[in-house]
Amino acid sequence: MSEMLLRIEGLTKAYPGVVANDHVSFDIAEGQVHALLGENGAGKSTLVKMIYGLVKPDSGRMLLRGKPYAPAEPRAARADGIAMVFQHFSLFDALDVAENIALGMETPPPMRDLARRIREVSETYGLPLDPFRTVGDLSAGERQRVEIIRCLLQDPKLLIMDEPTSVLTPQEVEILFQTLRKLSAEGTAILYISHKLEEIRTLCDHATVLRLGKNVGECVPRETSARDMAELMVGSTLKTPERVAKAPGPVALELTGLSVASPSAFGTALKNVSVQVSQGEVLGIGGVAGNGQDELLAVLSGEIRAPRDAVKLDGKGIGTLGPTARRALGLLSAPEERLGHAAAPDMSLTENAMLTGSVREGLERRGFLKWGAAQAFAERIIKDFDVRTPGPGNAARALSGGNLQKFVIGREVLQRPRVLVVNQPTWGVDASAAAAIRQAILDLADGGAAVICISQDLDELMEIADRFAALNEGRLTAPRPTAGLTIDEIGLMMGGAHGMEVAHV
Amino acid sequence: MDLSQINPVLLIASLMVAATPILLAAIGELVVERAGVLNLGVEGMMITGAICGFAVAVESGSPLFGFVAAAVGGAVLSLLFVLLTQVALANQVASGLALTLFGLGLSSLLGQGYVGLKPPPTPRLDIPVLSDLPVVGPILFSHDPVLYFGIVVVAATWALLKFTRAGLILRAVGENHDAAHALGYKVVRIRVLAILFGGACAGLGGAYISLIRVPQWTEGMTAGVGWIALALVVFASWKPWRVLLGAYLFGGLTVLQLNLQAAGVAIPVEYLAMSPYVITIVVLVILSADKSRAPAALGRVFHATR
Repeated sequence: MSEMLLRIEGLTKAYPGVVANDHVSFDIAEGQVHALLGENGAGKSTLVKMIYGLVKPDSGRMLLRGKPYAPAEPRAARADGIAMVFQHFSLFDALDVAENIALGMETPPPMRDLARRIREVSETYGLPLDPFRTVGDLSAGERQRVEIIRCLLQDPKLLIMDEPTSVLTPQEVEILFQTLRKLSAEGTAILYISHKLEEIRTLCDHATVLRLGKNVGECVPRETSARDMAELMVGSTLKTPERVAKAPGPVALELTGLSVASPSAFGTALKNVSVQVSQGEVLGIGGVAGNGQDELLAVLSGEIRAPRDAVKLDGKGIGTLGPTARRALGLLSAPEERLGHAAAPDMSLTENAMLTGSVREGLERRGFLKWGAAQAFAERIIKDFDVRTPGPGNAARALSGGNLQKFVIGREVLQRPRVLVVNQPTWGVDASAAAAIRQAILDLADGGAAVICISQDLDELMEIADRFAALNEGRLTAPRPTAGLTIDEIGLMMGGAHGMEVAHV
Repeated sequence: MDLSQINPVLLIASLMVAATPILLAAIGELVVERAGVLNLGVEGMMITGAICGFAVAVESGSPLFGFVAAAVGGAVLSLLFVLLTQVALANQVASGLALTLFGLGLSSLLGQGYVGLKPPPTPRLDIPVLSDLPVVGPILFSHDPVLYFGIVVVAATWALLKFTRAGLILRAVGENHDAAHALGYKVVRIRVLAILFGGACAGLGGAYISLIRVPQWTEGMTAGVGWIALALVVFASWKPWRVLLGAYLFGGLTVLQLNLQAAGVAIPVEYLAMSPYVITIVVLVILSADKSRAPAALGRVFHATR
C-alpha cells in the first residue's frame, strides 16, 4: 500500500437544524482513486468543501501527510496541493479560457506563458482547448476541460471531482477516465463524488459511503455489486421500478418536419424533427445538454409556437396553441429548471399548484380562484409523492431540489395527462426518490398516457423508456427500441466524442 | 443669427469643462457596475460631494481641501449604500433611489449657510510657452488639474481592467459572484471597495460643478447629471474610453446648444436644450450594437452561505 496522503478524523459540521457531517473519518492514499458515495443531502458536498477550505468544521481534524491540515480558505488548500472541479462549473462566461484559468491560480504567469502552458497540458492529457476562446461559447464538455486543466496546472496532490460526468457523452466519460487513471498512475490522488455506481465500479479503488452525514461503510467498488452499494447508500432495500410490457396503442402525439429557431442567443434550433409517440409508450430522448432539449420541451408545451400541423395531438394540429389550451387538451409538461420555470420560487406550493392545475383540476371559475380546492390539490401532491415539507403554505424556494422535483412531477402526473413531457425528471434527486418518480412515470404509461422523457441520465432512459432517440445539434435520430441497445450505439447516436481524443503520453 | 460669434477653440475648451462632472461620476459608476453592483444613488452622491467640497473650500480657502472633502463625502454617503446592499442584502435599485433622495435632502440641509457665497478659485494650469500656443494651448494646456485628473482616472481604469490581476478579479466578481466566491475571492470586500471608489468619483464630479463649472452653491444644482452618468455607463457598454467619448459628446452638445441659443438660432430653445440628451443616447445606442453586454451578476444580491 502506498503512503497516506490525507487522513480525515471525526469531522463534524452542523448547520441550524441539520448535522451535515457527523464524525466522518476516512483515509486517502497517494495515487488512490477514492469514491465518495451518498444520496442527496448525505453530506458529500459539505465534506469536500471542508477539505477545500470553503467551510470550517465544527470539530475533528484533518492530517495531510501526517501534519495537521486546516485550510482557512481555498487559497490555502490550493497552496497545499488540493484542487477541485466543481459540480456546477465555477466559470465566468464573459471571460476567455486563459483568464478563467488565471483566476483559479495563486501566482499566474503572464498571459502569453499561461496560454502556452495551457496548450501543453491540454495536449498531454488529450483535452484540446484554445486558451483565447470565450468560455460562454464552449460546450459543457469543453467547459469541464477548462476546470480540469485549471487544476492540473497547479500540480495537485489531491484532485476533488464533484459529479464530473453528468454532462458528458459516454465517449467523453471514457476519455475523462483515461485522463484520471493517468493522473492516478503519476501519484495524484483523486476524490471522486458521484452517484453513478457503474462508473465508480470501473474507476475507483476504494469507496466511502455516507448516509445522513455519517460514514456508514467502506467497500472496494470492483468487488461490490452496484445494488449492494446502492442499498448501503439508501440504508434499505431498493425497489426497482417495474413495468408491464404491452403492445402500444394508437398514436397520441406526432411531430412532423418540425423546425423552429431557438428563442435564446446561445440556444440550439430544432431541425426537421419527426417522431411519433403512442398511448401507453415511454419515449426516451437522450443527448448532451444544450443540443435542443429545452427547445423541444418548449415547442411541446406551447411556449414556442410552431406551424399548426407540425405538432399533432390525437391527429389534430395543435402547433399554434398556447400552453393553457394544450393543457386543456391533456398535453402537460414539466420543464427541467425547477426554480423559475417549473415553479415560481417565492410563491407557496398552493399557488404553484394553482399555476398549472387550474385548467384541468377546475381550480378557477370565471376568473375567480378557488383557493380551498387548490390547497387540497397541493396537499394531495405532497401526500402521494412524499414531498417533505411542513405544508402547502411553504414557498417553493424553501424545498430542497429533490423534494421540489417530486412536487413538480407529481403536480403534472396527478392531472391525468394524455401526453406528458418531462425534461430531466430525476435531476439532482436521490436514489429512492428517483425510483419513486420513475415508477410514477411508468404507472402513468400503463394507464394509457404517452410519455416523452428527455434526460441526460442514460441509465434512467434504459430503465423506463420503450424506445430511445437522441438529440444532436437540434436533430432527432430515428427512435430505436431500448431492448438490446448497447452503450456504444447510444454514444454514436448522441454524436460521438465531440473531438476529444485519448491521452497520448 | 450670428454664428461667427462662436469661437471653436473656446467651444472645445469649455466642452471639456462641461463634460468633466459626468465623466468623473460615470467612470466611478462603471467600476461599481463592473463589480456587479448597480448603484442608482450617483445623483445623491454627486450633490453631497458638491456641498461638502463647497463648504470645506469656503471654510479653508483651499480648493484642494474642497475636492478631497468632496471625495470623502461621496464615499461616506456610499457607505450607507454598502450597509444596505452588502450587509443587510437589500434590493440595490430601491437602495440606490433612496440614496439619491437622501443625498438631495442632506445637501440642502448642509448648504443652508452657503447660498450666495463664492468659493476660492481653482488655479489653472499655466505652463509657459505651451499654454500660450494658439489653438492647442487653450484646449490642452490651460485647464484646472481636476479635469486632467478625470482623464487620468479613465486611462487608469481602462488599464486596470484590461491588464491587471486586480482588474480581472473585479470583472470576475461582477460576472459570477458565486464562482468567484468558490475560488476564494472576497466578493463583498471587493464590491465594498468598488462602491467606495464610485462614491468618491461621484463626489469629485459634484464638487467640480460647485467649485469650477458654476462656482456657487444652489440647491439641487447637479440637476440630473448623475442620471446622465448612469445612462452613459450603460450606453458605453461598460467600456472606459466610450464613457469618455460619451461624456465629451454630451458636454460638447451642451456647450454648443448654449452657444447657438446665444447666437439666436431660429430653433425653439426647448429643442436645443433637449438635443444633447437625444443625440448622445442615439450615438451610444449605435455604438453599443456590438456584442458587448452587461456584467452578468449586475444588480444581483450575493449571499455567501449558499
